[in-house]
Amino acid sequence: MDEVVIDAAGMHYTPLNREIRAAVAAGARRIRLENVLGQRFIANGVRGDVEILVHGVPGGDLGMFMSGPRIEVFGNAEHAPGNTMDGGEIVIHGSAGDAVGHSMRGGRIFVEGAIGYRGGIHMKEYEKKRPVLVIGESARAFLGEYMAGGTVLVLARHGGPAVAERGLGSGIHGGEIILRGGIDPVHLGVGASQVALSDDDWARVLALVREYARRFGIDPAPLERREEYTRVVPASARPFAGKYAWE
Amino acid sequence: MSPSIGSLPPKYRVTVDPDRCMLCGRCVENCAYGAFRREGDRILTNSRVCTACHRCVAFCPRDAIDVVERPLDYRSHPVWTRGVREAIYNQARTGKIVLAGMGNALDYPMIFDRLVLDACQVTNPSIDPLREPMELRTYLGKKPQRLELARRGDGEVELLTELSPNLCLETPIMIGHMSYGAISLNAQLALAKGVTAAGTFMGTGEGGLPEPLRPYQDHMIVQVASGRFGVDIDYLERGAAIEIKIGQGAKPGIGGHLPGEKVDEAVSKTRMIPVGSDAISPAPHHDIYSIEDLAQLVRSLKEATEWKKPVFVKIAAVHNVAAIAAGIARSSADAVVVDGFRGGTGAAPRVFRDHVGIPVEAAVAAVDAKLRRQGIRNEVSVIASGGIRESTDVAKIIALGADAVYIGTAALVALGCRVCGNCYRGLCPWGIATQRQDLVDRIDPEAGGLQVSNLIHGWTLELMELMGAAGINSIESLRGNRDRLRGYMIDQALMDVLDVRSVGA
Repeated sequence: MDEVVIDAAGMHYTPLNREIRAAVAAGARRIRLENVLGQRFIANGVRGDVEILVHGVPGGDLGMFMSGPRIEVFGNAEHAPGNTMDGGEIVIHGSAGDAVGHSMRGGRIFVEGAIGYRGGIHMKEYEKKRPVLVIGESARAFLGEYMAGGTVLVLARHGGPAVAERGLGSGIHGGEIILRGGIDPVHLGVGASQVALSDDDWARVLALVREYARRFGIDPAPLERREEYTRVVPASARPFAGKYAWE
Repeated sequence: MSPSIGSLPPKYRVTVDPDRCMLCGRCVENCAYGAFRREGDRILTNSRVCTACHRCVAFCPRDAIDVVERPLDYRSHPVWTRGVREAIYNQARTGKIVLAGMGNALDYPMIFDRLVLDACQVTNPSIDPLREPMELRTYLGKKPQRLELARRGDGEVELLTELSPNLCLETPIMIGHMSYGAISLNAQLALAKGVTAAGTFMGTGEGGLPEPLRPYQDHMIVQVASGRFGVDIDYLERGAAIEIKIGQGAKPGIGGHLPGEKVDEAVSKTRMIPVGSDAISPAPHHDIYSIEDLAQLVRSLKEATEWKKPVFVKIAAVHNVAAIAAGIARSSADAVVVDGFRGGTGAAPRVFRDHVGIPVEAAVAAVDAKLRRQGIRNEVSVIASGGIRESTDVAKIIALGADAVYIGTAALVALGCRVCGNCYRGLCPWGIATQRQDLVDRIDPEAGGLQVSNLIHGWTLELMELMGAAGINSIESLRGNRDRLRGYMIDQALMDVLDVRSVGA
């Protein structure tokens, strides 16, 4: 059994997920979901080495707690795809809503277009697990707040600024946010600071840029000018340490 | 620039009676704060560092040690209390938010102590739990509104209604969420052994599930809080139930913060963050900005665990607690935990600990009333926590509408905690709120587990007696049974909220 096709038209998310789990358990390598229309929680908590192709628009919390599978969405996604995701990959041929990659601890998310508010909020890393969130166009306010690890990369392919709202990286205490086209310092959150990319940083960014271009079939050359990028990192590993005194 | 405040009066004075002291040195060994030292044939003390944890007193074989509180107090004044004055000195020096440990330290009236229980006399006989069965088993989770049954061909009756998973407790007393990191592994192990022996449950807190606790996972409720520390699908599947922590009675509305110095190798492993990094739990869950979003997280957790686990939602008791609980009851959650303003904590801003939130007694009564009025009381169980000190508190809060309770501080006291309130310093001489191995080793998980199960057992016996005296033989008949409570010196407005009448009425 190589590929399983599930017609999701009119289906509630629970039986849909049950079918996905059954297919994974039966050893499917690829699951194609047709006519997806707003079903939430697709592939939540699913483990294993399987590819899930989503045709249509999935609802919120796509791939939450997921550990292993690779999801490709041919359409936009609702809010919080990759929420608290553990491992695997989500590729979205479109845009996504708020809280993309919320509390993500591993795996990678590629969004072709733009994302909403609070993207990559509280992403964290541990040992070999370093989550990555790549956004093709722009992100709204509060990107990468409380970040504790991993990489957020915004490519600003639409020509405007990557982020033009406040709260970028407030409370960030680990990880990095990399923006093409820089950031107006008034939009930097408390505890975030802007630095230039080192050679190592650039090598990492360039690999992700090319990966993005490959996934979405575009020419990476216009995105490969190092001087266009800026890196936002924690001003301190202890953003709140100075606020408190013991009784 | 030299500070002009000077030193404050010591909080305690420690003295060693040289006539009684036999110079065994146990006080020197046991004090993690360094209050004792031996010089020649005398034990000298440094009272300044004393926290009144009584570890020295407990292990002095000769009762030679005396700890006196406030040996030199400020001029007494009902408005300018010691706490108020010292917070000002602290903030004049530091300009910061003052953090403090344990629960609410202000002298609010204790509603529990203004409620009295009932007993039978003459007209209906009381029940002796020795000779009659007393039902304390409690099921937490959704109860169906009605049951649909069908008679099969062979005459047997078949249940058609799909039941939601429930937790089965042998006694309505559980232990609340205290994370690994906040407390030690041996403290958690002792609690785990205790609840397993008592047939009840405990919470993991937001610190993940350390591997040595896995043998007890069927008695553990795994927590998902705003930092999502230690949360992965494996963790969710291990727990007997999952609890979403929205808020905490000790510090409603604000997040949590485990400082990097407490994140050692083992804590880092279970929280899944690098060694030495701060573990910051934001104030809200950033994927929950509305009651609809909460429903989404509840359902997401259920979907991820294939609807096999009850999902609880814990909120701090705040002004609108009843309306919030009614929203939670409609979110697919199986229980709502109402954490009152006396709930303990390792560390909270003093102003939050002492001034934000409401007492659990009023909160639970209001939640129960609201859920009954809306006809959805069966949709969620109500778990009361925050300031449950003894079995009578359990009986009273159940009569006010709770299904079960979480205890926290009481369980730690069973492990030796003296409520000194210095949890945040990481030097707990009782081995509870510390990660220092020599201190952690002071708790023998076996002995500690027995102490914890003894406590739960003792309270359970008392509950049975209290129920029997009131002519009640099932905990379900006590639940929400306001007729068994009377208010003593409570004002009418509060009696209306609690829905109890005055003594004599």
